[in-house]
Amino acid sequence: MTAPTFAQDLDVASDANQYLTFQLGDQEYGLEILAVQEIKGLSAITRMPNTPMHVKGVTNLRGAVVPILDLRVRFGLAEREYDRFTVFIIATVGSKVVGLVVDAVEDVIDLAPDAIQPTPELASALGGAYVRGIAHVGERLVALLDIEKIVSGDLALLDAA
Amino acid sequence: MSHETDPFAEFSEAFFEEAAEHVATVEDGLLRLDAGTLGVEGMHGVFRAVHSIKGLAATLGFGEVAAFTHEFESVLDRLRSGTMVSTPALAQLLLRSNDTLKTLLDASRAGRASSVPVAEETAALKAVLHGTNTGAPTATTAAVDATDVATGPRQYSIRFLPRPGLFATGQDPMLVVRELAELGDEVSVVCETTRLPAIDALDPEQCYLIWVVKVTTTAARDVIEQAFMFIEDDCEYSLRDVTDDPSRAGVAAFAPTLKQVAAAAVGDPKPVAAEATSIRVPTDKVDALVDLVGELVISQAMVNQIATTFDLGRLKELQDALASLDRSTRDLQERVMSVRMLPVATVFNRFPRLVRDVSGKIGKKVRLELQGAETELDKGMIERIGDPLTHLVRNAIDHGLETPADRLAAGKSDTGTVMLRAFHEGGTVVIEVSDDGRGLNTGRIREKAITNGLIRADEVLSDDELHALIFAPGFSTAAQVSDLSGRGVGMDVVKRNVEGMSGSVAVASTPGQGSRVRIRLPLTLAILDGLIVGVGGASYVLPLLSVVESLRPNPRDVRTILGDGEVLVVRGESLPFVRLHSVFGHPTATTEPSQAIVVIAETDGRRFGLMVDDVLGQQQVVIKNLEANYRKLDGVMGATILGDGRVSLICDIQELFRFTTTRRHAADIGATTVGAPEDIFA
Repeated sequence: MTAPTFAQDLDVASDANQYLTFQLGDQEYGLEILAVQEIKGLSAITRMPNTPMHVKGVTNLRGAVVPILDLRVRFGLAEREYDRFTVFIIATVGSKVVGLVVDAVEDVIDLAPDAIQPTPELASALGGAYVRGIAHVGERLVALLDIEKIVSGDLALLDAA
Repeated sequence: MSHETDPFAEFSEAFFEEAAEHVATVEDGLLRLDAGTLGVEGMHGVFRAVHSIKGLAATLGFGEVAAFTHEFESVLDRLRSGTMVSTPALAQLLLRSNDTLKTLLDASRAGRASSVPVAEETAALKAVLHGTNTGAPTATTAAVDATDVATGPRQYSIRFLPRPGLFATGQDPMLVVRELAELGDEVSVVCETTRLPAIDALDPEQCYLIWVVKVTTTAARDVIEQAFMFIEDDCEYSLRDVTDDPSRAGVAAFAPTLKQVAAAAVGDPKPVAAEATSIRVPTDKVDALVDLVGELVISQAMVNQIATTFDLGRLKELQDALASLDRSTRDLQERVMSVRMLPVATVFNRFPRLVRDVSGKIGKKVRLELQGAETELDKGMIERIGDPLTHLVRNAIDHGLETPADRLAAGKSDTGTVMLRAFHEGGTVVIEVSDDGRGLNTGRIREKAITNGLIRADEVLSDDELHALIFAPGFSTAAQVSDLSGRGVGMDVVKRNVEGMSGSVAVASTPGQGSRVRIRLPLTLAILDGLIVGVGGASYVLPLLSVVESLRPNPRDVRTILGDGEVLVVRGESLPFVRLHSVFGHPTATTEPSQAIVVIAETDGRRFGLMVDDVLGQQQVVIKNLEANYRKLDGVMGATILGDGRVSLICDIQELFRFTTTRRHAADIGATTVGAPEDIFA
């Protein structure tokens, strides 16, 4: 009866509980790593008419036209000039691909499901509605984001594929 | 058998495509049979088509299809051999059978053939075969069947000697054996190995075996001989009636074995992704592609070679090589696009049947004329144009054409004509649906439009403008249809569908002489010729197809009317005028039209002026769907990537024109983004 053990091993070794963490101001956020396709430096953004402020425009990702969302603006933080340290996290949500602008990418952390606490009643400044849970990593406090909630409303026909 | 390990999966896909073509052939043939214009050759063609489906279905294990086509084929065979005469009722039954076959094929493709009820159809076909169906000419069939009954089932012994080299031509003798075995219930198959050489002389690619099939069947000799239809040149066979042969007794014992084998082979239909689409491409198109890729590789090698030892003295050489590369790339692009092109015949073919059904139902005489069916259109559009066309043809018959009595009273022939026509015109494909019926009733359209609040009661409109109203949404609810010669029904949907393909639709009509709906489509959805314009530091692409001219207006040419709307006066004509920078919310330095460029664009025959800062150039652009990762934007039909790697938005001229009439400007559209940072460089 080795099969179940093997499967469990696989489960533990998989990325299911890994999160990519990044900075917005002095706050730290985490994004499920399975949703992250790649991390990319700043590239030319083409502005689009009739879009909310946090949708910065579209960029060319190897031939695909990908919208760029500024998480600072989305969360109501002060906007920041883009510079050569600005990072795009390219994420996949359902069948769609989006770029998220963040200040800096931190690292990848492992989180057991029971290490994640439910979201406390937060002020919206922290983007409370988009936070799926909170994790304490040593001294650090990481807010785990719900990417689907963040981009829903921006992306049409967001199918849960 | 799981899908992954199914060695037939790729053949299955090809089979379904081929079968779809056969089904279309059969339908076409049966319609002509019904009309009495199907000759003997045509009947053979119909039979062969069904026979091919049956053979392939059996080989690939689509048992339901094979079983159903067997009955279908048997009836067709009687017709082609002349032992049965067609009647309208029989043609009707056969058309229905063909529909069932189509449904069955679709279901098999989705892996749920067993869910299709075929029992009734099968029974009806069997009834025809046995002369008990009223649909068949009773006298003839009864006579034929009487002989059948008198003689009863016969046992035949068939000796089948394939030519040794037949594998080389892709033939499979087992298909013949299997088909023979399907003719009756009592079957024995014995394989003779007398031709087998010694093992060291054996060529595994040769066929040495001989089969003797004994089958008890009611089928006529020529039906049995059909099993050899595709292999005739590659075999010898003998057919002997051995009904009274005493050795017959041993037959039954063999039967179960073979039947079981057959059952195992045809069992469990394979689940095939129904959405999987593919294109059958003529070999010459592929050959041309291969040649072009060869040229491209050579051109590229030339450029590489020059680049390694480049100095300015060789600039001319480099330019030549690049020009050749450019040409090859362009050719390649065109050819690759042509692979996606299919003749509109694939859509047109459904209409003879539709016209027959609809006209029969409402008691009108209709002649359908098809022209330009060979005109090619992008596969994606072929698939999407079917429904709008069906709608238009149905409308033309139902509402456009008068009843035979009315026609005669109007001095026309009692048979109305509906014409479907496709042709090329200036880089676009035009598809027209026209009829010689009563034409649109502008008076009633006007009344309806006033009631619906689409126009004011005192508004003066030209006939063309009135006709165009039938495309307005809300003009077409069921209650209004009967009121208004019905042309309004769903026309807004037709328009939306066509515009969804970057096309346009227009209607023309002459009272008493008929109407014509003209759909204009781009050749392809993937690439367009664009005019690149600069607006407030950004660049936009305007589809060149819609661009009439560009000019720099004199200061006096742009006038304001009633304080808000601007018009542009061009050679005495005043056109609506929009400033692209204000539509898209770009701060711009050029606010004075006489300092800017105005592009005159045309949509649906209406022209308007678009003010831009600059015209940057003209190039072919590959259309990228914004909705793939984002969503639809007002005034934008898509995006493209320019030579410098940046994304540029492609304007939707039709929507931009709407902005001119609805006075929808920066106030509604660009407000949220005004003041946002301009393009950002790394």
